Order: sequence, then C-alpha cells, then structure tokens
Amino acid sequence: MGAGHAHALFVHEHSKIHHLAPEAKLAAGFVFVVAVAITPREAIWAFVIYWATLLAVIRIAKLRFGFVAARLSVIVPFVLFAVFLPFIASGEKVEVVGIPMSPDGLWAAWNVLAKASIGASVSIILAATTELPDIIRGMERLKVPAVMTSIASFMIRYLELIAGELGRMRVAMTSRGYDPRWLWQAKPIAASAGAMFVRSYERGERVYDAMLSRGYTGAMPDLGHRRAGRKDWLTVVAMPAVGITVALTAIGFT
Amino acid sequence: MHAPDGFLNAATAVTTGAISAGTISAALRQARTSLQDKQVPLAGLAAAFIFAAQMFNFPVAAGTTGHLLGGALAAILLGPSVGAIVVTIVVIVQAIAFADGGLTALGYNIFNMAIVTAFGGWAAYRILRRVLPNSAAGVVAASGLAAGTSVILSSMAFSVEWLFGATAPVPFDTVFGAMVGVHLLIGVGEGVITGMAVGAVLASRPDLVYGAQDLSKDQLANRKPISTRTFLIGGIGVALLFAVVISQFAGTSPDGLERVAEDTGFAASAQGSAVADTLFSGYATEGIGNETISLAVAGASGAIITALVGYGLISAVRLRRPKVPA
Repeated sequence: MGAGHAHALFVHEHSKIHHLAPEAKLAAGFVFVVAVAITPREAIWAFVIYWATLLAVIRIAKLRFGFVAARLSVIVPFVLFAVFLPFIASGEKVEVVGIPMSPDGLWAAWNVLAKASIGASVSIILAATTELPDIIRGMERLKVPAVMTSIASFMIRYLELIAGELGRMRVAMTSRGYDPRWLWQAKPIAASAGAMFVRSYERGERVYDAMLSRGYTGAMPDLGHRRAGRKDWLTVVAMPAVGITVALTAIGFT
Repeated sequence: MHAPDGFLNAATAVTTGAISAGTISAALRQARTSLQDKQVPLAGLAAAFIFAAQMFNFPVAAGTTGHLLGGALAAILLGPSVGAIVVTIVVIVQAIAFADGGLTALGYNIFNMAIVTAFGGWAAYRILRRVLPNSAAGVVAASGLAAGTSVILSSMAFSVEWLFGATAPVPFDTVFGAMVGVHLLIGVGEGVITGMAVGAVLASRPDLVYGAQDLSKDQLANRKPISTRTFLIGGIGVALLFAVVISQFAGTSPDGLERVAEDTGFAASAQGSAVADTLFSGYATEGIGNETISLAVAGASGAIITALVGYGLISAVRLRRPKVPA
C-alpha cells in the first residue's frame, strides 16, 4: 500500500486559506460561483474583477498559478464546444478575418469559457487547500444529509485503494499482451469490473465488522476538529461579498 | 458529460436542482430501510467502485475508447434508490474536489448522470426482464440493454434541458442529433461492459445483484452463454427502436409539408451526426417546419424520460424488499 495519505490535488502548504475551517471555504466558494453564474455575459469588466479576485486568493493560498492553470484542463471538452459555437450558431453572421461568425455564438462561447474557467478554478483552489476528509466534514456542518456525507467519506477513504487495485489489474492484463482495439475485445475489462465490485463489496462487509467490533453505533465520533468561528467567517466573507456586489452591479447596468 | 458552470442558464440550473434534490431526498427516504448502519460502509465502497469504474476505458473501435458512466450498473447491483444516491455522491465529489463539472451545474449534472441513468435504466431493466427469459442469461442481457438505454436517455435529457436553458443559439435539433448520435455509440459500449460485469458478479456472488434477487437457484444455474455478438445486435436493436419511436412521435405532426422536412431534415440529423466524426457536422438548421418537429422530438424525449424515470421511481418504492442479504 504505497499510496499517500493526501489526495493528488492537495498542495501541502501553510497559508491563511489552508487554515480556514472547511465549511467557511465551501460556503464562500459556492456563493461566489453562484454570483458568477448569474452575471450577465455582456459585463466583461465583472469577469475581470472575478479573475482578479481569484488571482489574489491563489496568491494568499501560496499556490502556483501554473498549477491551477494546468488543472483547468478538465474543462477542455467544453472549451472545444465553445470554440465551435461561433460557427454553428444560427442568426446573423459577421465577418471576422473573412470567416463568417455569429455574434450571438461568440457571446455564448465567451460566456461558457469565462464562467466555466472561474467555476473550475474555485473548485481547484478549494481542493488544493483542503484535504478531502475536511471537505466532507465541511459539507456535514453545512447540513448535507448525514447518510450522504458518511457514504462520501467511506468512498474517499477507499477510492485510492480501489483505484490502485484497478491499476494493478490493468498492468496485469497489459503485461499479458492485452491491447483491445474493438468493442468485442472488451470482455476482460468487464470481468475485472465485476471482480472489482465483488471485492469492494466484500471489503465493505469486513470494514463494517471491524468497525462494529470497535464500538461503531452508526455515527462517527467527532474528533474535535476546529469549527468555523467568527474569525473564519470574517476572513472568508470578502470573496462572496465581491462576487455578489459585482454580480448585482452588472445586472443593474444591463 | 460533466457540464461546467454557465453551460445552461440559471433558471434551468435552479429547476433541475430542485428536481434533483427532491428525487434524491425521496431516494434517501426510500433507501433508509436498506441504508441502515450496515449498508453505509457498503454504499461507500460501492461509490468508490463506481468512481473507479469511470476510469474503466473500454475500446469502441479502431483504438478509441469511451468510459463507463455506471448509473445503470449501480442501479442493477444496488437497487435504483441506493444506486442513484451513490452516483449522486460521486458527481458531487467530482465537482467539489476534482473540478469536474460546475458547482452551479450540479442540478442538471446530477439529474442527467445519476437520476436519469439509475431510475431510467432501472425501469428499462424491469421492462426488459419481463420480455427476456427468467435466467442468469436473461438478467445479463437485460442489464446490458438497460445500460445502453440509460446512456441514450441521459443524452436526451441533456438535449431537452438545452431546449429550455440554452446559452447559445444552437438549435435543439443540432444538439439533439449530435448528443444522441454520439451517445448511441457510447451506449453500446456501456451496455456491453455493464452486461458482462453483471454477469461476472452473478457468477461469483449472485446474492449481491439486487436486480436478480427474484431468481431461484435453478434459474441462476441456467447460464446459457450469451455471445458478445448477441449484445452488439441487441444494442443496435435498442438504438434502432429509439430512432423509430422518436421519428414516430415526430411523424404525428399532421401536414405533408412537415413530413418532407422530417424525411429530409430529421433523418439527416439522425444519420449525419451518428456517422460523421465531427461533433457538429454541417446539418442545415433552416429546414421547413423544423421548429414543429424539434418540439415534437423534444416532447417525445421528455415524455420517454419522464415515463421511464417515473416508472423506475415507482417500482423502486414498490419493490421494497425485506433486506438485502449480505
């Protein structure tokens, strides 16, 4: 079990943002993203302010800009879609360097790019400054149903283990010459998916028995992790405050 | 299909958010009996399994790969309610911790990827089980076909949401043609993998397959092998069925002018995008009566999704079992 104890996206650092209580970070990030989502796309200045805010947060969190930019690659499929938009959108066309484009499509592409990149950056910063169990604890304190958070925390605890098992199965298959090109060669993959489910399930049973024997009664004990105090909320309130003010101003102007 | 923030408009995000929250809380209530403390670690491990299962890349053709969505697989292995909850958790954690899908897009992402696939896939599974033989092979075949169906349903759900909440002036039928066309292919892969994965679980621990609990030992022992080719043919059959059903609905628009548009426009959109490798091939958007047909297609998709998800929800509630034996 050579797996590390922090998830791959977490960046170990001691910054103001790292030390904030998770529920405060979650709430602030969520409100900020909602504010971004309702901002009219014509208000380009608003998005400039959002990006500036994010850059400041990245700075305070002592993260590298390159790290966040590289992680943004998750939105690439939608970027591709956005790039196509000006060409496939209906409506009147304008000539840009001799290529007919739809202005509506251009606006739509800008809209998706701006909002998606900001939303994804918020999640990336959150994940880079908060360990996964803390994120779950934060969700719990924000009143997400306990069944969901406890399932999620089990999922996170065993994710690396199961993904590692999957990786080993793949290595085993590949080293025996398995290189499927067509769908009808997929049977070994399905068989390993089935085997992995049975193993996961049986592991779940064992984990449960082990927990019972250590006095589990259906709820995890609170190990005295720090809750968000007034100081956390005061620190964190800047971000959603900027978001809401800018969004409302932008809506008012357009 | 993890849509980012700002992909659909705010009203759609809020509406689908409300629908998703309502459905999931209903699923939580329904699953409470089976999700007692014993089931929580199991559900967590199952969620980790679904998460990892999305890393399973299966070959599609000529070396290209697709990956498993797993909604129908979760529903058949764990039951529709627990399955939907598990996939929902996967989608939420992916959005918050992995930046995969937007936070404000959670409403429609959960609806499309967890609710429609789990409940819609479950409904398709129940219906197919009535037609197919009551044996292990029947369960495997029904799982495969239901999983393929669930992927197509999911892409249809996205297209309908696009009709209401588009942020770009791309007509509904372009999106519908491209989404459903591409997902027909992905659906075939999903179906093959899901069917065979359920088969693998049935072979070693049949008691773990929620969807096969009604089978007796003898029926389980009846394992007439089903070849991959049968699956492929079945998958294509389901795809054709979808095409026919949708075009039938579209064909109900009365006058002849629109028939022409249907024959040219709709057929072109259905075939052109499935075959063309560019996502948005140059399908003409200005066909005659296109709007009526778009609405008919959208209505038909909406009706199919609502009917199947509703049926899945109802049968999830009705099929309350004493307890999943461990």
